[in-house]
Amino acid sequence: MAAPIAVHLEFGGGAELLFNGVKEHHVTLPSQSEPWDMKQLLVWIQRNLLKERPELFVQGDSVRPGILVLINDADWELMNQNACACLTAAGLDCSVGLKPAH
Amino acid sequence: MCQVDEEYQEELERADGPSVSKKCVKCKEASAAVVIRAGDTYCRSCFKEYFIHKFRAMLGKNRVIFPGEKVLLAVSGGPSSCSMLSQVQEGLSQKAHKKLRFSPGIVHIDEGGAVGQSAEERQRKVSELQAVFKATGFPFLILPLEQVLDLPSSVVETALSPLEPPPSAYKAAVDRFNQTSSSDYLPPQEREEKSLPDVQKSHTQLLQQLMGSAKTLTAREDLLNTLRQHLLVHTARTEGYSKLMLGDNCTRLAIKLLTSISLGRGAQLAQDTGFSDSRYGNIISVRPMRDYSAKEIAFYNHMFNVPAVVVASLDTKTSEKASIQRLTESFVTKLQTDFPSTVSTIYRTSEKLQTACRSSSSADHSDRCLLCVCTLDTAVEKASAFQATLISEQLSQTKSLGCRNPGQSPGGEDCGRATSGGGCCSLTTETTDLKSLLCYSCQLTIRDMSSVDHLPLYILSEAQRRQRRAQMRDEISEFLLDDGDEGIYREV
Repeated sequence: MAAPIAVHLEFGGGAELLFNGVKEHHVTLPSQSEPWDMKQLLVWIQRNLLKERPELFVQGDSVRPGILVLINDADWELMNQNACACLTAAGLDCSVGLKPAH
Repeated sequence: MCQVDEEYQEELERADGPSVSKKCVKCKEASAAVVIRAGDTYCRSCFKEYFIHKFRAMLGKNRVIFPGEKVLLAVSGGPSSCSMLSQVQEGLSQKAHKKLRFSPGIVHIDEGGAVGQSAEERQRKVSELQAVFKATGFPFLILPLEQVLDLPSSVVETALSPLEPPPSAYKAAVDRFNQTSSSDYLPPQEREEKSLPDVQKSHTQLLQQLMGSAKTLTAREDLLNTLRQHLLVHTARTEGYSKLMLGDNCTRLAIKLLTSISLGRGAQLAQDTGFSDSRYGNIISVRPMRDYSAKEIAFYNHMFNVPAVVVASLDTKTSEKASIQRLTESFVTKLQTDFPSTVSTIYRTSEKLQTACRSSSSADHSDRCLLCVCTLDTAVEKASAFQATLISEQLSQTKSLGCRNPGQSPGGEDCGRATSGGGCCSLTTETTDLKSLLCYSCQLTIRDMSSVDHLPLYILSEAQRRQRRAQMRDEISEFLLDDGDEGIYREV
């Protein structure tokens, strides 16, 4: 059982237009049996935070091409893209930033 | 034997799951923060160094900007142009190693009227940008796009370009500059508050009418680009700047390259995507950000807090197939995710493009496109693709004129009045005449417009002037001496 995780989400560069213009979100991911990973986080975001035009944000399992993801201010390409590197540690605040590259 | 397989699998897994503690490939000590290109991991400080160095190297390699020159930075507020602004600031600061040596000014064109933003949104964005510009200390101008309606027709005339300085002139200019100015750093001048020009509602309406007369989003975007360029060049000329810096980044230019080919701008590719663009004669546009991918810029801006604003454009939040530009953008970005060298490959290809110089070096006005001011590419040669297009156009036109069916609009010409085929002669000739003044892709843009009457006055009056000159030239053509008449001078 994974404990609930506090995550600080930041949307910028135009991505916030899909979230009613709100750039910063402090959310708590509910506890669940498997550890959280990015794929699940994206699904969670799409279900709970995304206000319009899901196809502009999510494509299949991942973000739409052109959107950059930073995990704790580091490029998510540095880690296996769906790894749970930072999210599995219970109770760790981690900051996930999503912004489209122009 | 069987062990080999297992080892191999193990290695694969290791390569597949790199951890955050990957080291920077440059300094090999600090932990990596960003992946550039395909697989180079850099730490924060090495990335910053790399980023700043690239800007200097780009300006230094192409010795186009002379010391002490006045350069106008076109800042749209988006990440690339704001990054360019911060690089210029960085380069001009006293502590910079080998600091840059030119005097910058900033211009921002507020396109909210054409994009459909409300007055409050425009005001908010403009005041945000004003604060950013003030903090830099450079002189700045914020203009509404509506001002393009009041431009003089000199904008689309090609001014005589200054003679190309020889390569050695750059070094000489640098030496001279070093001797005279020594270490004078001009402190940012306190300029009096130039109040932002008020935008009249009627002007905004005219602009919206103009944008609305373009039926497709592709044509609208192309038109917006053209108008913006004209306003930028005009501003540079009136304010005394000799160079214009545009903030197009590598990704944008790769998309622009492919889009231009789709729009029929193949002949102007070198000027549209190259480092320097001299089509306007006395104003040379340079693109110093063309080596930076969008990802690098986004990361730099985020990591080092470069202020930028979100600028809504015509194709924000539109679907993928809304316009050619949008479609190409989604194509390139999708390809880039799977093949990270896509953008740089396209970029390297574009670097090799050069404009073939036509024989006429005297830039006669009738040799240039009315809208994009590039050399006309519509000389109809025998058996060229262009000739084939014209022939099929003519064929489809005569066919529908014969049918007299209002439903079947002629293949190429859409004259906006869906009456019988015979009744649209006058507008057809007008549109046709405008066509003879345009390059191929601008012709396509005009064709997508329901009426050319909404074009700003300066374009229409310049069009009339050129048509009159062309008529005149036709009338006296048989009296003109051309190059073929050398017989007269052969007599010894």
